[in-house]
Amino acid sequence: MSSHHETPGAPAPRAHLTTDDVAKVAKLALLELSDDELETFTGQLDAVLDLAEQLDEFDIGDIPPTAHPFGLVNVFRDDVAAVGHDAEVMREEALAAAPEVEAHQFKVPPALGEAP
Amino acid sequence: MTTARPVPTDSVLDIAAAVRAGERSAVDVLEQHLARIAERDDEIHAFNTVTDEAARQQAAAVDASVAAGETVGPLAGVPVALKDNLSTRGVTTTCSSRILENWVPPYDATVVERLAAAGAVFVGKTNLDEFAMGSSTENSAFGPTRNPLDTGRVPGGSSGGSAAAVTAGFAAASLGSDTGGSIRQPAALCGLVGMKPTYGGVSRYGLVAFASSLDQIGPFTRTVAESAAVYDVIAGPDPRDSTSIPKQHVPVSATLGDGIDGLRVGVVTELSGRGNDAFEPGVVEAAFAAAEALSDAGAKVEDVSIPTAVAGLSAYYMIAPAEASSNLARYDGVRYGLRKPGPNTAAMMAASRTAGFGDEVKRRIMLGTYALSAGYYDAFYGKAQRIRTLMIREFDRVYENFDVLLSPTSPCVAFEFGAKADPVTMYYNDVCTIPSNLTGQPAISVPFGTGAHGLPVGVQLMAPMLGEPVMYRVAAALEGLAP
Amino acid sequence: MNTDTVVDAGKAPDSSSARHLGHEPGLLPEGWEMVVGLEVHAELATESKMFSPAPNVFGGEPNTNVHPVCLGLPGTLPVVNRNAVELAIRIGLALNCTVNRCIWARKNYFYPDMAKDYQISQYDQPLNVDGHLELPSGAVIGIERAHMEEDAGKTVHVGDDGRIASAGYSLVDYNRAGVPLVEIVSRPDIAGPEQAKEYVEELRSILVAIGASDGKMEEGSLRVDANVSVRPVGSDELRTRCEIKNVNSLRSIGRAIVYEAQRHVQLYESGEAPIQETRHWDEEAGRTRPGRSKEEAEDYRYFADPDLVPIDPSPEWIAEIAAALPALPKQRRDALIERGGAHDDAAIVVGRDLDGLALTAIGAGADAQRVLTHIRNNLAVDGAENLDAADFAELVKMETGGALTATQAKQVLAEMVETGSDPASIAAARGFEAMDAGELEGLVDQLIAEHPDEWARFISGDDGDRKKMQGFFTGQIMKATKGQADGKIVNQLLSAKSGG
Ligand SMILES: [Mg+2]
Ligand SMILES: [Zn+2]
Repeated sequence: MSSHHETPGAPAPRAHLTTDDVAKVAKLALLELSDDELETFTGQLDAVLDLAEQLDEFDIGDIPPTAHPFGLVNVFRDDVAAVGHDAEVMREEALAAAPEVEAHQFKVPPALGEAP
Repeated sequence: MTTARPVPTDSVLDIAAAVRAGERSAVDVLEQHLARIAERDDEIHAFNTVTDEAARQQAAAVDASVAAGETVGPLAGVPVALKDNLSTRGVTTTCSSRILENWVPPYDATVVERLAAAGAVFVGKTNLDEFAMGSSTENSAFGPTRNPLDTGRVPGGSSGGSAAAVTAGFAAASLGSDTGGSIRQPAALCGLVGMKPTYGGVSRYGLVAFASSLDQIGPFTRTVAESAAVYDVIAGPDPRDSTSIPKQHVPVSATLGDGIDGLRVGVVTELSGRGNDAFEPGVVEAAFAAAEALSDAGAKVEDVSIPTAVAGLSAYYMIAPAEASSNLARYDGVRYGLRKPGPNTAAMMAASRTAGFGDEVKRRIMLGTYALSAGYYDAFYGKAQRIRTLMIREFDRVYENFDVLLSPTSPCVAFEFGAKADPVTMYYNDVCTIPSNLTGQPAISVPFGTGAHGLPVGVQLMAPMLGEPVMYRVAAALEGLAP
Repeated sequence: MNTDTVVDAGKAPDSSSARHLGHEPGLLPEGWEMVVGLEVHAELATESKMFSPAPNVFGGEPNTNVHPVCLGLPGTLPVVNRNAVELAIRIGLALNCTVNRCIWARKNYFYPDMAKDYQISQYDQPLNVDGHLELPSGAVIGIERAHMEEDAGKTVHVGDDGRIASAGYSLVDYNRAGVPLVEIVSRPDIAGPEQAKEYVEELRSILVAIGASDGKMEEGSLRVDANVSVRPVGSDELRTRCEIKNVNSLRSIGRAIVYEAQRHVQLYESGEAPIQETRHWDEEAGRTRPGRSKEEAEDYRYFADPDLVPIDPSPEWIAEIAAALPALPKQRRDALIERGGAHDDAAIVVGRDLDGLALTAIGAGADAQRVLTHIRNNLAVDGAENLDAADFAELVKMETGGALTATQAKQVLAEMVETGSDPASIAAARGFEAMDAGELEGLVDQLIAEHPDEWARFISGDDGDRKKMQGFFTGQIMKATKGQADGKIVNQLLSAKSGG
């Protein structure tokens, strides 16, 4: 899938991670960071990314990525709707775990915008 | 207190044999273990949950079956502890995270079903580094687990609770999960046998995912034979796991004693620790002593170089966090787990995740999100997955000339709490174990002598895909040669 | 799965396929034409969901058709529904696509009705690629890809004014979560609203014909997003497009496309330009509105799903599926046209699923065009499907053989559908027999004698007059013969007697 990601290839030498980078990533991952956390995490993540530079020592040429170490393909199940589990029971168990429920549905604050 | 050996108790095999023969009751066996838990787990904190009541019912049911002359399974009456990232119907499964603190699954993991069917009795759910991210069990949201061999030290991780439970005699065996060494390293630090099966050899259904392409479930036991017995029960195809290998399981217990005469053992130069001051001398000496012992016992032992092995750590810290960042997205406060209020869905999700995850989990989620994001995919995740292919090819080539490979399991023995506060230093604990997760190949850690402070050292044996039978043969031999 | 990235990063649709077969004039200011591509999400007609054994049924009490897997519970794993893959391959074959080895990809984004907060879809290695769909009108629309993915659940906003993002709260139902989908992405080959509707209708009839989907737009089994841009007539450039979501009826598809295209033209003509964005169709307001704003541009972080393995369909399997495909609407239309039917009639007859009747009747020697004309004009009624083809053929033969007039044939046909009895006995019962020409000629002479003025006007009058008078005499004769006279023969007699 690599070919579909913008600007392929590593920025070499790798530009060091900035607090802006980390803030952007935290937003994508729905994590809130205090300014102190932002500083600390930025340093720590940058240190891990340094590890990644070791990877440049290896020539990966046209070597494909690994999908499954055993090379499995075509694993399917038959199109049978579960009869073993009772829908009502499953619903009650599922809803019992929910933080908030109304009318047998999972209740959440208003969504901002439609789904992609 | 320091004793280099786990608390001696009855073995999995003795218990099962006696219970099946009706010579001992599963209830008595259970009560012995529950008594040890009551006596010492406040100090050790191996367990997040002790399921004593359910266990008593299970044990009584086993005894009833025996009394009724029904056939009981190979693990009849054996007290087993489960890592708290294995789904158990009706029993909280927390992953040692605030975000799942009160989650009660409506279904059992496949391995749990198989152990139960074999007659095992579940004593409780064990502590771990939050979502299995760590090498010391210090990252648990519910406090660390102490190493029963030296309570001032860590048991290793992430399956530290499962290791400590067996070492302390709280259970005869336990299950852990191994994504980068999380079974083998704590086994080494707690003086146990710990095994990471071939990827796809044991179903992952019901294992709360950390890094899906690397995770495997495996056993902790005191001896190799016990490890084989538990592995033979949990292994085999599962239609609920698309990555499970659709081949009938070949029991390893049967061939344990077949010896190692003529088997070819390779000592991996890049992982041996020789001339690498990141490794403790005691650990390196033990590993080479083990190699020598195998050679004396009739194996052909040679050094072998696997250059990509050193890339393992880097590749792992691109791949595992990337998969984790996606696997842990579902903890959003909508369907289960912790919720913190927010004015809209996104704000509620962010508040819940921020409050629910610890720092190490946040670090890896952000690292993985970055590694997958537009503009960096090829430089990090994409490249790491290709290195992984390179590694698999190199190991496969080496296995044309070797039956098993050998290295230390961990660069060090059990360390003190807080000794490895810096993340990258902590990550280095897994340098020897990570390659097997990346290649999907099996590996086992066997206790072999002691290192610093008289603490146990683990030696790792690695084998090709589905090479467990020969790997276990060598492990059994090595165990017999241990000082 | 929004495939924008794929289109942008992958090869732009080749200009050959970007050229229109005639644009639809009159909707845009002079000199502009629209460029439309459609993304159709079709729910597959399976028993169970894409990756989970939960039932795939529409509606149902909230959160009853659920299972740990489609609820995304921790530790659960997806397993692919073989039947869903077969239906997806059927779709690929019916759309003339190449069926490829493909992999599953995770599309990562947070949304409450996406139980895992990622969608399992296909990204750069989809199942079906590079096909085309020929419309009844003859236009050929390129198909870029038809890939598999899982549906999301439903989030219902319970708010003061019902508008999303207003105060209030939302309720999530996962009954639809994990329902198997095929997303069919056309090339930007569609000329305008009419062709867009034709495309969706043809696609729908194909999906239903091959049993891949129930095609119910009202149940959301078929959901359409439109990529709209404009350009100067005749050019083959592809300008900035907007993706219009939520156009879920044939009517709103046309309206949304026209509105959006006009918006683009206005922008260009006022020296501005549209920005590439996702917009939503507001049926009430009859306009599109911007969706998520630019600065929140999503980064979906696609990567191969490590819980699933590739699908690598063997040539044997694909051949098996191809062999089992029923005749497609186009093939059925062509069968009628080959036998002499008119293009439009063929489309209508196949649309009414009466092509079987038509072919048997034609096979029994009935005139093809008469057969289709009867079905088009006189068989848009319940019970038509039960008509006996042999009787129908017989009726048409009686008509073309002159035994029945068109009017009589129509009446007999109606009674055949009602009673199921045969044309001969109905005609007899009604006393329908063609009069012999001699008898008719006598009647004509008699009428001419009785109406000299009208006859004079018929002979010498201008065309209008001649027509009027022709109507007059025919009417009189029909009156006299209670409609048993054959209008054609009467006209022949009249013109013969008027000397030309
Ligand atoms: Mg439907
Ligand atoms: Zn889609």
